[in-house]
Amino acid sequence: MDINGGQALVKALEHEGVEVVFGLPGGAILPVYDPIIESPIRHILVRHEQGAGHMAEGYAHATGRPGVMMITSGPGATNGVTPLCDAYMDSIPLVCITGQVPYPAIGTDAFQECDTTGITMSVTKHNFLVTEAQDIPRVIHEAFHIATTGRPGPVLVDVPKDIVDPNNPRSAMTWYEPNDDIMELPGYRPVTDCDPQLLRAAAQLISAAKRPVIYAGGGILKARAAKELLELAELIDVPVVTTLMARGAFPDSHELCLGMPGMHGNYTAVTAMQHSDLLIALGARFDDRVTGRLDGFAPDAKVIHVDIDAAELGKVRQPDVAMHGDCRVVIAALVKELHDCGGRDAQPDRQAWRSQISGWQERYPLVYEQSEPGERLKPQYVLEVLRDSTPNDTIVTSGVGQHQMWTSQYWRFDHPYTWINSGGLGTMGFSVPAAIGAKVGKPDRMVWAIDGDGCFQMTAQELVTAATGRIPIKVALFNNAYLGMVRQWQEMFYDERYSEVYLSYEVPDYVKWAEAMGCVALRAEAPEEVAPAINKANEINDRPVVVEFRCERGENVYPMVPAGCTNSELVVDPSQR
Amino acid sequence: MTSLNDAASEEFLEPQQRFRTVVTTVENKPGVLARVSGLFARRGFNIESLAVAPTADERFSRITFTVDVASAPLEQVVKQLDKLINVVEIRELSPLESVERELMLVIVKSAASNERRHELLDLIDDFRAYVLDQSQSQMLLSLSARPTRLDEFEQRLRTFGIVELQRTGRVALPLLAP
Repeated sequence: MDINGGQALVKALEHEGVEVVFGLPGGAILPVYDPIIESPIRHILVRHEQGAGHMAEGYAHATGRPGVMMITSGPGATNGVTPLCDAYMDSIPLVCITGQVPYPAIGTDAFQECDTTGITMSVTKHNFLVTEAQDIPRVIHEAFHIATTGRPGPVLVDVPKDIVDPNNPRSAMTWYEPNDDIMELPGYRPVTDCDPQLLRAAAQLISAAKRPVIYAGGGILKARAAKELLELAELIDVPVVTTLMARGAFPDSHELCLGMPGMHGNYTAVTAMQHSDLLIALGARFDDRVTGRLDGFAPDAKVIHVDIDAAELGKVRQPDVAMHGDCRVVIAALVKELHDCGGRDAQPDRQAWRSQISGWQERYPLVYEQSEPGERLKPQYVLEVLRDSTPNDTIVTSGVGQHQMWTSQYWRFDHPYTWINSGGLGTMGFSVPAAIGAKVGKPDRMVWAIDGDGCFQMTAQELVTAATGRIPIKVALFNNAYLGMVRQWQEMFYDERYSEVYLSYEVPDYVKWAEAMGCVALRAEAPEEVAPAINKANEINDRPVVVEFRCERGENVYPMVPAGCTNSELVVDPSQR
Repeated sequence: MTSLNDAASEEFLEPQQRFRTVVTTVENKPGVLARVSGLFARRGFNIESLAVAPTADERFSRITFTVDVASAPLEQVVKQLDKLINVVEIRELSPLESVERELMLVIVKSAASNERRHELLDLIDDFRAYVLDQSQSQMLLSLSARPTRLDEFEQRLRTFGIVELQRTGRVALPLLAP
């Protein structure tokens, strides 16, 4: 079948099973947008290319399928860099199609030309510049293959206009169905399973450990290994911490769950790791926000480290047993190995460790002080009400900062893929577009975007996308009139010298702004207004809703490991000191 | 020329601890060198020497580089390189089991006095360098040898006055199995 490159590109996306593309057209990508009119692929027209990327990320995280964004050359591509980097840091499978100036014009500083592959080289798992129309189906297939296998990540395909423009003879091509056999990737060989010898070594370490902790990272979710993790933890009766990227990978309501470790983690999660004699790290990367000062991190612990990316093994902490493989495959094999070695009965008595842990849990629960009458809302209170007023499988997205940490702390994540946030890059403005992407992927689920006032102002225009596209997300806007996390650091580490962190309670008027964007807008200022506002928002399903919660400006996130300190120097809530 | 066995024993005398040689086979495509050098820059790995050229199979090129293992553990360098989609094969060459060579072109002042000129010619002879061109006052020399031998030659030439000097960066191949 003789078609043009633009048609081939859209057909190739259909062939990969793409059901939705988030994008914004422009000059160089115009020829690809023409065949989209006839395509069954749904296109979500965003208001800024960064939004397209975060929507694709939210979609990918909620569904497990790769997210697709399509944007034009030059400024379109550069606006897409932040979500690409975000997806790279958090290993989100993403395919980004960018328009490019015609091939002969590359390098001439043409209108809206930029070196897209050069700029995105360090923030993508791989990128391609396609030079011939005939290569399009193969390259698109390779892009999806790379994005979704091994350690997932974003892949960018840069497409010069001449090879997709039907008016240019260079766009002529003969369609073929791409498949794995025609891929030209001699250097790409992702692994899945690992050496059986190592399973035995890992099982032996586990059976010898008196104070083990399972350190579950985002890799559990990427590998779709939540079930295997639960089996492992229950088999050996070992407590589990779930990192910021792994919240929901193990049910918070499970008695073995200790919650989130790290800089703003639960006292028990942080302290259990510090006292542990064996960390079973599964799909985790010993991020600095988890370890605190590295030379004081879990000093007595041996380490079993399972990761799909060999470069993570030994990058930060040298493991005693390093297992390079897919978490689901390796954990399942480890469970079998442990069964073969005697199962639960072969595990030593860890009663002392259990009592030590429950002692910490009793003494240092998460706490906050309820607001006095006349004071503004406590964000933790709002989160508790929101948590208790929404279905258990509600998908929650978040921006970056205090509200993100409180949400991770106070929500109860009992299902995988219900928590979507920007962990590695820490991208403010992530929440609203990610929620839109998640809702597009999971239209039957309730989706709440938790956002701060600083974050909201970065990407709020995507609520126009949600309103016009009938994507009924709900936004809980925690307005404390500050860049709250930065304010907290200035209070604690810069002698309360507040530099450029004050925003304003009144400007913008969030209710008017949200209404102008086609949303229903509500505001709650007193504790008794919180539940009614949430209940009202929950009843609206034909358009997006924004609920502004006027929150206390001085509230700090505790516990906290100050930067440069070890996790043993965790600072707890003032009432617990 | 020295035999291969001599070369091996010479290598044995100078095991290099700080700099390690890594030979990568990469797809011969535009931008691959940028991916490799970009990775080094981003991860803070220091490259001491770099040489790139196509292999006998034109689909692939070979990038030979010497990395400063004080800047990053070699294992991490190799693992990160392996993640690049266009990198097909990576071999870390131990100095004991490989031959390394580098080419130097150098323009040196030919000596003012006859005596010094003889000294220079003896030096060229000792090092088995070649005179590729000469003028009244200068000589253009070439030497292909182990990198440490080039260092030595360069050092000795300084006393005559180096006008211009260019080295290629080292290439390496493993010794044959006995």
